[in-house]
Amino acid sequence: MKYLLMIYMNDQTWVGLSEQERSALMAGHDELQRVTRESGELVDTNALGSPETSSVVRVRDGEPVVTDGPFLEAKEYLAGYYLMDCESRERALELAALIPDSRHCATEVWPVMISAGVDV
Amino acid sequence: MTVEGLLRELAPQVLGLLVRRHGQFDACEDAVQEALLAAATQWPVEGVPDSPRAWLLTVASRRLADAWRSESARRRREEAVFVAEVDDAEVPAQDDTLTLLFLCCHPALTPVSQVALTVRAVGGLTTAQVARAFLVPEATMAQRISRAKSRIKAAGARFSLPPEGERDERLRAVLHVLYLIFNEGYTATAGDQLLQGELTGEAIRLTRAVRGLLPADGEVAGLLALMLLTESRRAARSLPDGSLVPLAEQDRSLWDAAAIAEGVKLVSDALSTTRLGSFQLQAAIAAVHAEAPSAAETDWAEIAGLYGLLAQMAPNPVVTLNHAVAVAMVRGPEAGLAMLAELEGDDRVAEHHRVAAVRAHLLEMAGDVAGARESYLRAARLTLSMPEQRYLLAKADRVS
Repeated sequence: MKYLLMIYMNDQTWVGLSEQERSALMAGHDELQRVTRESGELVDTNALGSPETSSVVRVRDGEPVVTDGPFLEAKEYLAGYYLMDCESRERALELAALIPDSRHCATEVWPVMISAGVDV
Repeated sequence: MTVEGLLRELAPQVLGLLVRRHGQFDACEDAVQEALLAAATQWPVEGVPDSPRAWLLTVASRRLADAWRSESARRRREEAVFVAEVDDAEVPAQDDTLTLLFLCCHPALTPVSQVALTVRAVGGLTTAQVARAFLVPEATMAQRISRAKSRIKAAGARFSLPPEGERDERLRAVLHVLYLIFNEGYTATAGDQLLQGELTGEAIRLTRAVRGLLPADGEVAGLLALMLLTESRRAARSLPDGSLVPLAEQDRSLWDAAAIAEGVKLVSDALSTTRLGSFQLQAAIAAVHAEAPSAAETDWAEIAGLYGLLAQMAPNPVVTLNHAVAVAMVRGPEAGLAMLAELEGDDRVAEHHRVAAVRAHLLEMAGDVAGARESYLRAARLTLSMPEQRYLLAKADRVS
């Protein structure tokens, strides 16, 4: 069963981290990736650029209209994600707790629908 | 030489020979890739054959025959050609590396495809290695390479050196691709560090090969010098935890003295004997940095002058940005900031994090703490490199 672990961050929180906290955060990601790569759970992970670098695309009357992002205007934004293939929802929640950013802001855990199969 | 090194050396030779004999660059390139994969698994176990090149040629020829056989019965008559073992004595003395480079850097391709095809077909990297180095799934990279080959075929490209009149322009494209390969390895900050180091090594190896074939070309020498001088700082430019160390703070004892000596000699010879070009100028700038015993003793006036020449010869926003830094070091931060103002209206770069980073640096030099912090934070928000973002956020912290 695949789960998308979406890391939410708040700009104030991110900028406010000390250098040591930031180093610990990066080291935490390295370690999580090492462990889940070894266990075969990690499918994909990426950090995203900041909200300022995002764009929104809408198609109106057949014409694409591009505006500055993000689409949802909130203090929190999607900073990155992990796509994990795990045994259970409990394991997905456990992995979300290992994401270092969860200590500073929050991580959302969503089951991936298309991978669920017909018997679920 | 390691098995891998040997295979990379032989890859363009075997491919060149195969294409010469049978045409069909795309099919031959696939066959060579399969032969390289077979060798990479067999040789370490069974030992390197007495004539490795003949071995590769034989295997690649068989694969080509297999592919054709399964493709269509009408090609049956061609099978006979491949039954015999290939004799190493048949290998011609001429080096096809340059012809292959011209083909892989064909103007019908986008730069991304040129780069991918070049490292696989001429560099002898496997699709899996190319994919890992560029952080895309293997299937995506395989698709990209196969599309590139169809496009070359559709453009009617031939396996021969471009006509005399086009050769200079086509060579510039080849050098640009080699530089892109190098930069991908040098500036990429995510993914497999080891493989990215391999990309810079690969770019240097290929540029060296081109230089061997065109020793009188000043820009080839300039590019090789620029790569060597840049690569010489590798050990000093990041800390074990991945954070970046800017030039001014690097431990210069970690710089590779042999690479610097070779780069400086190359660029000095080229500058005094050949027509001036932008790679030579960039190498000359790198050489001024490399020869400064410390950051404080850098000859900024010389660097500002070289950037001035570069701005005339190949004007672009990145040159303006670097020129502004050099001018600020010579004439003070205000002069640099005035030059930055020119970039404000330039849509190509106004949103680029380096403009904000340089402005922050110059404001810091000028003593504008609040302005510097704001610009560092803006640069941190705009960059897509994690180590660079960490560096910029740390600068924002320290300035205030």
